Order: sequence, then C-alpha cells, then structure tokens
Amino acid sequence: MRGFWFLLVLVSLDFWRHPVSTELPVDVRVPRSHLGAVKEYLHAHSIPFTVMIDDVQELLDQEKAEMRENLIRERNTRNFNFAAYHPLETIYSWMDTLVAQHPNLVTKLEIGRSYENRPMYVLKFSTGGTNRPAIWMDLGIHSREWVSQATGVWTANKIATDYGTDASLTSVLNTMDIYMLIVANPDGYVFSHTNDRMWRKTRSPNSGSLCVGVDPNRNWDAGFGGPGSSTSPCSDAYRGPFAHSEIEVKNIVNLVQSHGNFKSFISVHAYSQLLMYPYGYTCKSAADQAELDYVARAAVQKLTSLYGTTYKVGNICNIIYQASGGSIDWSYDVGIKYSFAFELRDTGWYGFILPANQIIPTASETWLALKHIMEYVRDHPY
Amino acid sequence: MGLRRAIVLFALMEVTWSLSVTTIGPETVSTDASAHPEPAEENTEQKEAAEEDVMATGELNPNHYPAQRAAKVVQHYLNLRHGSPYKLFGLKEVHSGNAEEVADSGRKYQLEISVHEIISNTKEKCSAEVFFPSGAKQLSPQVQVSSCEEILKLDAKSEEEALYQQYKTNKTVCTEKRLPDSYGHVDPEMTPFWHLSIVASSFIMLKESTENTLYNMAQVANITQLATENDQLKFDCHVLLHDMVSQEIPQWKLLFTWSPAEGVKVLHTEQLPHIHQSEKQAKPN
Repeated sequence: MRGFWFLLVLVSLDFWRHPVSTELPVDVRVPRSHLGAVKEYLHAHSIPFTVMIDDVQELLDQEKAEMRENLIRERNTRNFNFAAYHPLETIYSWMDTLVAQHPNLVTKLEIGRSYENRPMYVLKFSTGGTNRPAIWMDLGIHSREWVSQATGVWTANKIATDYGTDASLTSVLNTMDIYMLIVANPDGYVFSHTNDRMWRKTRSPNSGSLCVGVDPNRNWDAGFGGPGSSTSPCSDAYRGPFAHSEIEVKNIVNLVQSHGNFKSFISVHAYSQLLMYPYGYTCKSAADQAELDYVARAAVQKLTSLYGTTYKVGNICNIIYQASGGSIDWSYDVGIKYSFAFELRDTGWYGFILPANQIIPTASETWLALKHIMEYVRDHPY
Repeated sequence: MGLRRAIVLFALMEVTWSLSVTTIGPETVSTDASAHPEPAEENTEQKEAAEEDVMATGELNPNHYPAQRAAKVVQHYLNLRHGSPYKLFGLKEVHSGNAEEVADSGRKYQLEISVHEIISNTKEKCSAEVFFPSGAKQLSPQVQVSSCEEILKLDAKSEEEALYQQYKTNKTVCTEKRLPDSYGHVDPEMTPFWHLSIVASSFIMLKESTENTLYNMAQVANITQLATENDQLKFDCHVLLHDMVSQEIPQWKLLFTWSPAEGVKVLHTEQLPHIHQSEKQAKPN
C-alpha cells in the first residue's frame, strides 16, 4: 500500500472513490499523460482494474452541448413572443421546442407537403391510447388571416402548459386526442410575408392562366362547384379544377379519413367575429343544426365573457354567404358532427392586418370557446 | 501536493445569452359589452338554389347577411358625410331590418342599427333606409339616416383644426409606407391620415355597394399630400379595399380634399386593374 500512496503523490491521481480498505474498490481518474505509467504499475503489482470511461473529456463535452441545447429550448418556449406575427421558419422551429418541452404530450406529424414542397406539420396532443376519438383544428388555410396562425401557436402552447393543471382540459385529453394544423397553407403564408400581404389562396399554377392559386376553402368535396365559388383562376374564390385538387386539402382529407375517429372538426379563419356551423353550400339547415347552434351560442358566451367581444352565430350560408366546397361542410358530411368555423377578430377596422397586440387577447377569448366545444364533444360521444 | 480536483464541470455555465426576445405582456382590449339580443324575428323562407338572385323580403333576421350588408352601406354613408381624421363610424349591431321590392326600380331596406363612433367610443341607435336601385347600369345605393343626431354632433373640431393648420402650410404628408403595415402598425403621426383615407374610401365603398358586396378598407398603399387648393388640404392616395363576398381586394386611386369646414370631397377616382400574380414584382410589405 505504501508504494501506491507514493505513486499517488507523484502522479496526483484524482480519486473518484477513495481508498478505504484493501477489500473495497477504488475509482481513479488518470490524466492521459500518465496513463501508460499507471497501467504499468498496476500490472506490475497485480492490481486488477477495468476501464470504466475511456475519455472523460468526451463525455463532458457531450453533456455541455446537451445542457446548452436544453437551456436554449427552455428559453425559447418560455420567451417565445406569442404577441407577434412570425415567419414560417420561426413557427416551425418553435413547434420543435414545444415538442421537446412536452415530450409525453405533444408529437409533430408531417401529414404531407404543400405545392411548393413545404412540410405540413400537425401537432398531436395525446396522453396515450390507440386512435382515440379526436378533435381536429386547422388554422391559416387562408394565408392572409395572420391572427389565425398566431392563435394556433398560442393555443398549442396553452394546451401543452395547462395539461395537468386545468381540470377540464386534462379531462378532455385523458380520453381524446387533439390534432392541430397551425399552418394549413404554408406556401400562401410565406408569400404573404415576402410578396403580397393580402394573398389568400394556395400557390399552385393554373394551366392556361397567368393567375396562380386556388381558394383552399372552396376546394373541398362538399357541394363542390356550386354557387359561392368562382370558375376563374384569377378570382380569390377560385374553386380549383376539381375537388381536392389542392395537395394542402388532400393531405388533410387523407389524414382524417385514415384516422377514422375524429369527432369534431374546427376551422379557424379571420376576420368578422363569427362562430358558424354547416352548411355553406346550401342554406338548408343541417340535420343537427339545433344542437350545433346550442353549442356555438354557449361557446360564444364564454368567449364574450373575457373582454366583451361580440360574435354572431349561425350557419355559414345565412350568416355570411352561400359558399360551396368548404372544409366544415365536408367534415360534417363525412360524419364529423361537431364541425365549426371561427372567424376571429376584428369586424373590419384592421381586418386582416390585426395589430399584434391583439393576438393574445384574441387567442385567450377564443380558447374559452374552444374549451367549451371540446368539453361538449367529450361529454357527448357518438 | 494536494489531490488535483477533477475538471471543473461547471465551466459549462459559460453559455452566452445571445437571444434577445422581448416578451410583450397581454393587453386588455376593451370593447363595448353591448347586449346582443337573440334574433326575435323568424327567418323568412329562403330559396336554396341561386341564392343571390332571390333576396330576402319582409322581416329580416338582423344577424343574417342581407340586413348586415345593407347596414354596412349606412356605415360608409356616415363616414363619407361626417367622418374626419378624428371621427369614424362603425356598425355596431343590427337590431331589426325589413326589405321590400320597389316596383321595377329596386329594393329598399329599413333598418334599426347601433352606430359606434370609434375614437370617442360612443354608441347610438339610428334608423336608416337604404335603397339599392336595380337595372343594368349599376347605380349607387341611396341612404337616409334619422334619429342619429347625437353621434353626428360629436365634436372633434379642435383636433381637426390643429391638424389642418399644421399641414396647410408647415408640414407635408408623403409616405410609401402602408397603413397599417403588415403587422397592423400605424405610426401615431400617420394615424389621422389612415383615418382620412378610410373616409375617402367610403366614397368608393358607398358607390360600389350592392346587396352582393360587403366592403371594408383593407390597407392604404400610399398617401401623398399635394398643394393646398382653395384652403383645402389635397391628397392623392392608393387604397386596397376588401369585399367580403367575393373575397377580392379591389385597388383604387383617389384624389380628394379635406378641411374641417368642408369635410372630405372626392375629386377623382380610378380603379386599378387586377394585377396578375406573375406580373407583380416581389415587394416586401
């Protein structure tokens, strides 16, 4: 033992488990420069050893990088500016931080690509189960309606952070999943940042025309081609050459159909302050109109309770206009009973260009309505 | 010679905080918590096919689009007649409406509405009549408003006068900046001119309104002040309108004058052609 202590003094070994008695093992960190000498000594004195860690520095470097990454992630979700309009890349990278922050609740699914090959990401909120009954939300299908995408970002964060503390939301998520497509029209959204703030449609070219894009909310297979959509490619309400011609629409249709267990379908638009239910393609009442109206009115009461913002309720055809090929008409007609469309703030002053300081108030009040709908869907399985 | 301690693990903490993100706290937006009555009237039976051709007649559901579109026309009328950089009207609510055919000449709506003066945040109930003439040549709707005196008498004279004096001789407005910009922002100094553009746009929105349109001004592309003429401030502006029904963004150029005494007078209007997307240059806005 005396020799060993001598060696220790000479080499300044760093004991991670100090020598206590001859029966107990000892852990030592050996500087690289002395590795050879130490090994030789141990062999010479028949002291058995194993190498536990080959390169401590490597481990430390890895850990350092991980910690830095985690700090950035934490800062990102805590400090993300929900009261601002962000470009697509920022929203997409924020999605990753949300998933990283809440890995047991949130996953990101790529449901397909846009015309210009941008990924379309759905955030899935799930506490388990297999193919649970689910709630669908799409936002920003009309790209110029920026408060819609911004509301989606805030709402996704709200769901992730309130799960476990908000009793009602927690109970919804304990039996149902929520799927949220925050940017349903990524090409249009990018175009509204780079070229034309008032761009509404997709960015697919139209053969035989200089005009680009199809109105994705006239392109669904629900009364497609009927009154309330245009046959002109230059129109902002152009229906497209055929139903589901737009890949952005087809991606959603594919997901919903293959999932097969959606119980509610909510499309979020702006502006006008409306909460509507089917139909748009006809002014005839939907079979469930009375119930949908009842749910919507109660949801709007909750919304109004926050800041006094007033909303009108009714079916699309009566409230704004007859419009064919709309998303919630399609979802309703494929059997998703609780189909609703929001038109968020305001009523025309700022219109599409709602000041960023209204994002959080808008999202907050809308959240109360959304929660009401989700609770109702939870309590009325079918 | 002491034991050399292990590597200081916590040199890791020297992470540079290079992100600078400002978090803006939520701001309460107070809007009028007005009572919103349940629609008292029954829906009139509305034919399903060719919806737009067969318009509702008789007692109207005030929350449905026929009454709402007619009421919006009243907003444009009030803004054109009585609006200023410091006085703007919005349609708050439709309480009741009635529509009737006027033999061979058009359709007339009678409305009970609440009008809201935005800047002073005052509300008043008004009665209004809107007549949409029929015929091949599209004529402007005609509007009459009654029992709305208080809100129209609202006084913004001192601010209007101050602005008028400032820009009559000293300063000049000229901006290529859009109002609002893409993020909803308007410089405080430009706000009166944003309002003035809304008033001037109301001339077009009123003129172009039919039972199949619902106009709002979406954005001012630019506004330039020209030389004062006959004691009127004179402006040239380019505006983007939004028609909710077609979802189109018609663009118009307007030449107009304003003074506190005379209000807005539109001298000349020109609709700009619908620009095909491929012909538009990339222009961040």
